[in-house]
Amino acid sequence: MSCERMESRILGYVDGRLKASERLEVEKHIANCAPCRLRVQEFSAVSGLLDELPVIEPSSEFDTRVHALVAAEPEPKMSWWAWLHVSPRVALVASLLLVMAVYVGYRSSPVQPLITNDDQAMMQDLPVLEDHDLLQNFEPLKELPPPVQADQANEEQPQQQM
Amino acid sequence: MVRTDVQLMLDVKAGDGTSFELLLQRYRTPLVNFLFRMVRNREQAEDLAQEVFLRVYRAREDYVPSAKFTTWLFRIATNLALNSVRDNRYQKLEVSIDAPVTVDAEDGDERPLDVPEKHPNIEQHLVEDARRKMIRHAIDKLPEKQRAAVLLHKYEELDYAEIAKILNCSESALKSLLFRAYEALRVELAPLVAQQAKH
Repeated sequence: MSCERMESRILGYVDGRLKASERLEVEKHIANCAPCRLRVQEFSAVSGLLDELPVIEPSSEFDTRVHALVAAEPEPKMSWWAWLHVSPRVALVASLLLVMAVYVGYRSSPVQPLITNDDQAMMQDLPVLEDHDLLQNFEPLKELPPPVQADQANEEQPQQQM
Repeated sequence: MVRTDVQLMLDVKAGDGTSFELLLQRYRTPLVNFLFRMVRNREQAEDLAQEVFLRVYRAREDYVPSAKFTTWLFRIATNLALNSVRDNRYQKLEVSIDAPVTVDAEDGDERPLDVPEKHPNIEQHLVEDARRKMIRHAIDKLPEKQRAAVLLHKYEELDYAEIAKILNCSESALKSLLFRAYEALRVELAPLVAQQAKH
């Protein structure tokens, strides 16, 4: 291992955070490198000095202030989308009730025939309506004026405009 | 069985106030210490720590355990501390590094109250006091990002991956940052380092 590589390993070595293989590499290097060995000693000394700073305790009012801040927080507003976020239990019960309601409704109502009486009567008349001979000899139709031809109608149009 | 931070936070999300209380008890001291060492003012450190807890509470509805809870928590704390230091809003309240160290807790001194009992020798007590002052001074002199990296690494014992995420840099960049910070501390604390190395 090079001295440059020691830069990324030295603190881990001092704090005992290196993997066993990495630690062995560092130990092998510092056994033969006096400057790096000295650096390890000095970094260990710095780490020891940092341990000398005592821990302070928060003041007695600290928790009270946090509680007051939290208590003053408004309740979270429920968005429109939040209405869709029903709990799984409520969703399950609602689904079951819906299925039961549909099932009970289906079972209790009488079965409606698909074709009504009026429809059946009309279907009986259909062959008569389609009978061309019968329509041709139908008396009320004979009393109607004869049909106007298309070219006659065109000739009459300018006269009407004048 | 001790519930993990993530479990507690998910319980807070579900509306359990006692879980928030447990998180508060678990992290109040580490947060206040970290912020105090960042901003060098006890009152401000407590204000910022309260703000961190408030932000955690506010974010409970949207909390997703995508990272370690400590990463998230100290990321909030670090951002607040860095902004605060940069804004220099509390400049007037900052303790001058040249000001005499007193036992008044409000001035930010870290000295435990039972020091006289531990050190009946007043001379030894003064020597230790001067050492602490020198160490604090050396930490204060570090650039903000290096200071945050040292504090998170040394005192909060977070791993490299976590600290890298908090400081928004790569792990290799973090290792380089820490190396430079320790180099600066080694130079700044040279007399103490020489003493320490002898022992």
